[in-house]
Amino acid sequence: MAVLTMREALNQAMKEEMARDPTVFLLGEEVGAYQGAYKITQGLLAQFGEWRVRDTPIAEEAIAGVAVGAAFTGLRPIAEMMTFNFSLLALDQIVNHAAKYRYMSGGQVRCPMVMRGPSGAAAQVAAQHSQAFESWYVNIPGLVVVMPSTPKDAKGLLKSAIRDDNPVIFMENEVLYNFKGEVPDEEFHIPLGLGDIKRPGKDVTIVAWSRSVVTAMAAAKTLAEQGIEAEVVDPRTLRPLDEDLIFESVRKTNRCVVVEEGWRLAGFGGEIADRVQRECFDSLDAPVIRVTSEDVPMPYAKTLEKSYLPQPEKVVDAVKKVLYLQ
Amino acid sequence: MNRDEAFAFYRQMLLIRRFEERCAQLYVEGKIGGFLHLYIGQEAVGVGAISLLRPDDYIITSYRDHGYALARGSDPRTLLAELCGKATGISRGKGGSMHFYDVPRGNFGGDGIVGGHLPVAAGMGYGIRLKGTEQVCLCFFGDGAVNEGAFHEALNVSALWDLPVIYIIENNRYGMGTSLDRASSVKDLYQRASAYGILRRDVNGMDLVACRTVFAEAIDRARKTKRPSLIEAETYRYRGHSMSDPGKYRTKEEVEEMMKSDPVLVWGKRLMEQERFTQADLDAVDQEVLVIMEDAVRFVEQSPDPTPESLYEDVYVRSPYINMKAAEKDPAWRAAVREDRVPETLPPPVLNPPAQATAKVGS
Repeated sequence: MAVLTMREALNQAMKEEMARDPTVFLLGEEVGAYQGAYKITQGLLAQFGEWRVRDTPIAEEAIAGVAVGAAFTGLRPIAEMMTFNFSLLALDQIVNHAAKYRYMSGGQVRCPMVMRGPSGAAAQVAAQHSQAFESWYVNIPGLVVVMPSTPKDAKGLLKSAIRDDNPVIFMENEVLYNFKGEVPDEEFHIPLGLGDIKRPGKDVTIVAWSRSVVTAMAAAKTLAEQGIEAEVVDPRTLRPLDEDLIFESVRKTNRCVVVEEGWRLAGFGGEIADRVQRECFDSLDAPVIRVTSEDVPMPYAKTLEKSYLPQPEKVVDAVKKVLYLQ
Repeated sequence: MNRDEAFAFYRQMLLIRRFEERCAQLYVEGKIGGFLHLYIGQEAVGVGAISLLRPDDYIITSYRDHGYALARGSDPRTLLAELCGKATGISRGKGGSMHFYDVPRGNFGGDGIVGGHLPVAAGMGYGIRLKGTEQVCLCFFGDGAVNEGAFHEALNVSALWDLPVIYIIENNRYGMGTSLDRASSVKDLYQRASAYGILRRDVNGMDLVACRTVFAEAIDRARKTKRPSLIEAETYRYRGHSMSDPGKYRTKEEVEEMMKSDPVLVWGKRLMEQERFTQADLDAVDQEVLVIMEDAVRFVEQSPDPTPESLYEDVYVRSPYINMKAAEKDPAWRAAVREDRVPETLPPPVLNPPAQATAKVGS
């Protein structure tokens, strides 16, 4: 198995799928000549030409709308958002168009597109460039929402997202782009809606996705040093959600902490807590606790940024609470 | 255009007129719910443009969408059934007035978000280019849409990438109740095309021949050069924005003045003056159209409501790339199928002998 960065893994996934299927094409800001604002699309323009790797103006609604329309004609567009912060300018195309056409047409239309790009906080880019919007998209019927945390997952899930016939919101994370991990050399894909145990453990279940998996793993390491074995469950896809994987873990550990980078109020972690308390009521020895970002806009100052985000220490504290050690 | 074609256009415009009038009645009777936007007065634009298309061309439209579907040959029975929320509706009762889709006829539907379908039209143009076909895409919208950002973004990329899309502004002078004068900095809307360096034309949207001439030029250009265009068809809606609109923002005199150039009346007059048709010929086709509408109403009355299970259908496409064991906990995934649905093709209607047809055009 090769060791790749998530950046390389995502690039491979697109390159392989574009080579395999001539209907797959990519469009977005700086995806071609510039080689990608985050270099995810490096080398693709030279290999596939301008009609399949389309540099666009800074026009997010057009990027998403062109993807929707092209999908209607039988193509499989990948629309890159430079970051998901800017996807708000494309939200009408996703919510009112991509997600709804099949239903409004009584099943006549399909919209096999992927909208992908980095989501969540980077480093000190302040309020407008540091937002985790998965809870917005996951609320919309008709969408699939994917949030990988490792290079292997990123590649395998992106390949499925491109081949799938539904509109897929594929949210990456800038901080994770340089993270390395083993990726199979052979052809593979990971089904959307299949979760993964990132670390087995018997004492507490920590549910986390995307960058929060890294936070959860760091917390699990600290906890292990104190004799507490946390199981880290990564659903990888939020809609559809592999809830059984979470329930099985909670029934084993009897305790659950949910970590997410989004805001607390109406965040997706609340949905997980709701499902866990209903389905695992008899197994729970403590209320489900959530660790989220603070309910304020992201500040610029490094110290404040650290306070805003879920940190391993906050997760450790939450675990100790559900274990009644604090 | 030969004599038969000229008559066929009259029939088509009249069918749209009678369809819309029947809808208004059914709305008042409570058989049609929600929003209902009628195309009365604007028939020459849709009929003129769509009559020039090939079967594999695309259309995508605003929510005032009944006329386009009829002009493209969709069955009035399934359209009326859609309006009445029946399972036999063209969108299975999921769309209603604003969302008539007929994909086998290249109709990608009425869109309820003003201007929202313009970037989608650009994408259909992109698909045409990438596939290398000779198709074109007609995109219809009202004068209200030109002030949306989506209009600018769509026209810019269409011009930038040579996308074969004909953007058609149906300028009926009012975006809901706000007149063009109060909404657009430039009153000649077609002039906005100059910002994108594309073909621009202004046409009398009440005049079928003028419409066909201008649209033919734009469509031909799109097929050959892939260049987009912006056409402003100046037209008028005789009814309110929707059924709940009493139209207090315009005068009775203005409406009466515009009704003098009613596209259906004008075309009928022309048929008699230039094509040797008689009033009896026109009355006969009116009878035929009214009978078609009565048959459609009967079809709707005999149609079932959608099943409760269909609530969950048509949200997702069943997919081998989804972990269905997890997904199927959601009823929308359980109900998902792999294929797309195709609107049912009904046997030709058995039309009873003409009933009493007394309504006059323009009434």
